Amino acid sequence: MRPTLRNARLLAVTALLLVFVLPPRPIMGAQAAKPTYGGELVFAVGGTPPSFDGHRETTFAMLHPLAPHYSTLLRFDPQAYPKIVGDVAEDKWTVSRDGLTYTFKIRKGIKFHDGSDLTSKDVKATYDKIIFPPEGVASARQASYGVVKSIEAPDPYTIVFQLKQISASFIANLASPWNFIYKADILAKDPRWYEKNVMGSGPFVFVEHVPGSYWTGRKNPNYFMKDRPYLDTFKAIFIRDTAPRVAAVRSGQALIEFRGFNPAAQEDIVRTLGKEAVVQESPWICNLTVTINAEKKPFNDPRVRRALTLAIDRWNASKALSKISLMKYVGGVFRPGSQFATPESELVKYAGFGKNIEASRKEARALLKAAGVPDGFSFTLKNRNVKEPYEVTGIYTIDQWRQIGLNVNHVMQEEGPYFNDLRQGNYDAAIDFACDFMDEPDLQLQKFLSAKKSPLNYGRYNDEVLDDLYDRQSRLTDKAERLKILRQFEKRVLDEQAYQFHILWWQRIVPHWSKVQGWKVTPSHYVNQDLRDVYLKLY
Amino acid sequence: MIMAQETAPAARPQTRRRRFRAWLRVALRFTRRRPLGAAGAAIIILMIAAAALADLISPYNPLATDYGAMLQAPSGAHWLGTDAFGRDVLSRIIYGSRTALFVGFCSSFLGASLGTVIGVASAYFGGKTDLTVQRFMDLLLSFPLIVLALVVVAVLGTGTINVILAIMVPMIPRSALVSRSSALSLRETPFIDAARALGFGHARIIFRHLLPNVMAPYLILLTAFLGQAILLEASLSFLGLGVAEPVPAWGLMLSGAAVEFAERAPWMAIFPGIAISLSVFAFNLFGDSLRDALDPKLRVS
Amino acid sequence: MTRYIVQRLLLMIPTLLGVAALVFLLLRVLPGDIVELKYAGSGTFAPRQAIEREKAQLGLDKPVWRQFVDWIGGIARLDFGTSMWTGRPITHEIAIRLELSIELALMATLVAVLISVPLGTLAALRQDTWLDYFVRIFSIAGLAIPSFWLGIIMILVFIIYFHWLPPLTFTSFRVNPKANLQQLIWPALAVGYRYSAVATRMTRSAVLEVLREDYIRTARAKGLWEKVVLTRHALKNALLPVITVLGLEFAFLVGGLVVTEQVFNLNGIGKLFVEAISQRDYTMVQSLVLLTSFVFIFVNFLVDLVNAWLDPRIRYQ
Repeated sequence: MRPTLRNARLLAVTALLLVFVLPPRPIMGAQAAKPTYGGELVFAVGGTPPSFDGHRETTFAMLHPLAPHYSTLLRFDPQAYPKIVGDVAEDKWTVSRDGLTYTFKIRKGIKFHDGSDLTSKDVKATYDKIIFPPEGVASARQASYGVVKSIEAPDPYTIVFQLKQISASFIANLASPWNFIYKADILAKDPRWYEKNVMGSGPFVFVEHVPGSYWTGRKNPNYFMKDRPYLDTFKAIFIRDTAPRVAAVRSGQALIEFRGFNPAAQEDIVRTLGKEAVVQESPWICNLTVTINAEKKPFNDPRVRRALTLAIDRWNASKALSKISLMKYVGGVFRPGSQFATPESELVKYAGFGKNIEASRKEARALLKAAGVPDGFSFTLKNRNVKEPYEVTGIYTIDQWRQIGLNVNHVMQEEGPYFNDLRQGNYDAAIDFACDFMDEPDLQLQKFLSAKKSPLNYGRYNDEVLDDLYDRQSRLTDKAERLKILRQFEKRVLDEQAYQFHILWWQRIVPHWSKVQGWKVTPSHYVNQDLRDVYLKLY
Repeated sequence: MIMAQETAPAARPQTRRRRFRAWLRVALRFTRRRPLGAAGAAIIILMIAAAALADLISPYNPLATDYGAMLQAPSGAHWLGTDAFGRDVLSRIIYGSRTALFVGFCSSFLGASLGTVIGVASAYFGGKTDLTVQRFMDLLLSFPLIVLALVVVAVLGTGTINVILAIMVPMIPRSALVSRSSALSLRETPFIDAARALGFGHARIIFRHLLPNVMAPYLILLTAFLGQAILLEASLSFLGLGVAEPVPAWGLMLSGAAVEFAERAPWMAIFPGIAISLSVFAFNLFGDSLRDALDPKLRVS
Repeated sequence: MTRYIVQRLLLMIPTLLGVAALVFLLLRVLPGDIVELKYAGSGTFAPRQAIEREKAQLGLDKPVWRQFVDWIGGIARLDFGTSMWTGRPITHEIAIRLELSIELALMATLVAVLISVPLGTLAALRQDTWLDYFVRIFSIAGLAIPSFWLGIIMILVFIIYFHWLPPLTFTSFRVNPKANLQQLIWPALAVGYRYSAVATRMTRSAVLEVLREDYIRTARAKGLWEKVVLTRHALKNALLPVITVLGLEFAFLVGGLVVTEQVFNLNGIGKLFVEAISQRDYTMVQSLVLLTSFVFIFVNFLVDLVNAWLDPRIRYQ
């Protein structure tokens, strides 16, 4: 079954070359109209940036105002997610025959905002900080780069990554929107300088930040793409609460909010804006799952966990909840519609994903009975006290469990106590979530690995079968082979063991003023936020 | 118990009837003199009745979702419409009065009582004890109400009991302050001296002699706190720090979906808001009139 | 008098120290901590060692007493430290928000005075008439209607009927008075109405009480014109309790507008406080509690001074 390593390497090289050697298409606005220059884009952000260091933060509230100031090594093609193109790197790169050496050419003539040249030295310093952070420096995604052995800069415009083993996700990880390229000299002096300062090579130069209020930037005249950016300035307004954020877009004080609104807000915005409204929609690489404490009785019994997932009518949830919340798509461990997703015909065979809910509930009751769980059994469901979509989902799930005779208490907690309880196993069942910047099994499967291996797994189970499947898929660059393993993994998590199971995947709805052009919605609110292609249609 | 022993068993029904008549007279006089207070009392009684009879009078199960009837306007089937989950708003308001009254009564009763006992004891013991207690109360007093409540919720977590505690804690110093000043004037009166001379214990003097005499400010505080407590509970729920869905609670009904759907389904935001306002209004009206009636300084001939 | 003032000022120190110690201890028993929140918050994979490292960076690995001593020591030197969440100096973070909060508190107090003094006086003069009842109902309703609900309704009306919204970002009054007022007047009205309720009732009962005093009766008996009696004598003396009430409320407004600030998206102290608590930004919460307590105690002290100044009968030891 398992392909030989040699085969894998060959496949890897050919696949990568085939995919990435193609030249990037010229970038065009969504309307394909001729972009106009000038103007200020005001957008709302539902949070505030903690520090300014992309390598250490994990919130979109940092990315949305800061991404316009920075470049990354690679990036997702803004018009054609999930295609990957170069940013400071040229669009062509080479992978050695053994799949362990990646060589990138850096574009010439890229300048930092202080006027200095951006070279491979800066890229190396940036990735050294991310992958091998010095003492006292935090790096949030260090673990995603565990395969990297070393980084070298043989000449000012060449950067070479040496890997310890083949990795199917490495290229995609280099397109991470979090990996801002920092200046080597600054990092050498103070590796934490970027936590409080901004100095990149992106399309916009930092102007002002009023904590808790707004963030502004202006056009970088020396941006390496001569015809970008289109906008003169941008202003990000911080509005934490949903209601005033929606009102901001409706009143025109903000033209867009990039993260996404729920259908109610969409409807209000469209009603107010009339013909000036544009709505962009996409499935979102975010989902909510139910995580079960596999250490506690009776949840240590797979039959009980299976009953819990069987009881949830996802197809009806999709119909009902998608009208009032961000919840929409029925899917397994991969985003429905993504290249890794299980087709519906297969998906419905998993417990709880079938379309005959009455049969499922009957089976669930039988399983509970067999496992000795009495009718009216009571336990608690812990949830984050965030309205959308957590509370909505909690209410739905509890109602579903009520229908197989379970009496579930909803405990909504602040983030602090919530994570605390989950981490310490102080819960029966919990609504858990995941949000990634790309469709990539290495990322999406992480939370299902053995608890001792993955700090994201709150289910308190250890399962070597899953760990082994994960390692195998991670090294497979042949897509068909990889998919086969991914299916086994998914079936074991969702169906056979039902450790954690998905309720629904989210829908990303971005309603905005039609004068905002050149921005295209992607399945992740983390990517494509540097605003370089965005322009305003001025009247 | 002690009180009961003092009345002879045979005299009971007689006394009871007489007491009832006396009560009725008081109530009637109160209504005539203070129509606003009486109106408040009427609303409160209505609310208590609704809470007590919720199972009988509410048309639907407040927890039952109906995804076929989401966001329906008020109609014959749903008098006050339905919410985003198709739950009946009227039923949720009726059941919500349970949450409001329960949290309101428990927290203001506990807050006012604890505060009063502390205040009276502090006044009674005087000296260093008094000073220390007062310092500590001042300290608690210098936190804004909602800030203290937020900290308590953050420490204890959300949920009905914790919300009661969170609302109760800021009330303690406020009632301690008032009761202490009332008790201070009592401390030096002859009958307390007499009690002391008779060798009564501290607890007995405090509970049997001092406390009954600060009943008036205590009752005034209690009613004032009730309104505040209901409002505070609504605010905490609105912030997502109060009781948790799907438990029906007014503040909770106002947050989230109610605001988001305020245009398409304004009934979701309006009716719970009215319920909160009306009940707090009633408690304040009643409390005000009660204060006027009980506080001799303000009594108008 | 000077001695009294100095004494009162010195007495603030132990109270504030007590507040500091109390909030410090409370925060240490809060479940959840800032570093784990930062990483787990968006569901990313953060290695154990990265978390430990950051904790050490924030000084959270030291024993609690040590952290407390360090913190208090810093405050003694007027160094409030840096926010654990943003890494910026606390004084800087607070200063930005304080201007808005103080201005809003002042405006709300002004609204409260403008509503309460005339209404309260009128109600007292026409006691037990329909006017009195109306004023009482109006003021009690102010106490009963949640101001966040009023705010929500306000915003909805603006947006639905006028397609307009007050500015969402704060402009200092010194820079642009119009934009400043456009933003703050609405929350000031919503909050001011609520706070006028207490003051109206206080004015009413204070005026009632004063009207019953002998010297007013004398003045009236002497045939002084009603208006003169009112302004010269009654109002001036009725002012004392009203000022006390207003002062105390002003102190609460500075830090206590948690929900209203959220509804109107005001970048004030209350919003900062809620965020800091939910982010477990210990240093920030500590400083904010200390600040609000200080404002409260200090305003209390000012109120006492004003009272003493207005009423020579009040004498302090």
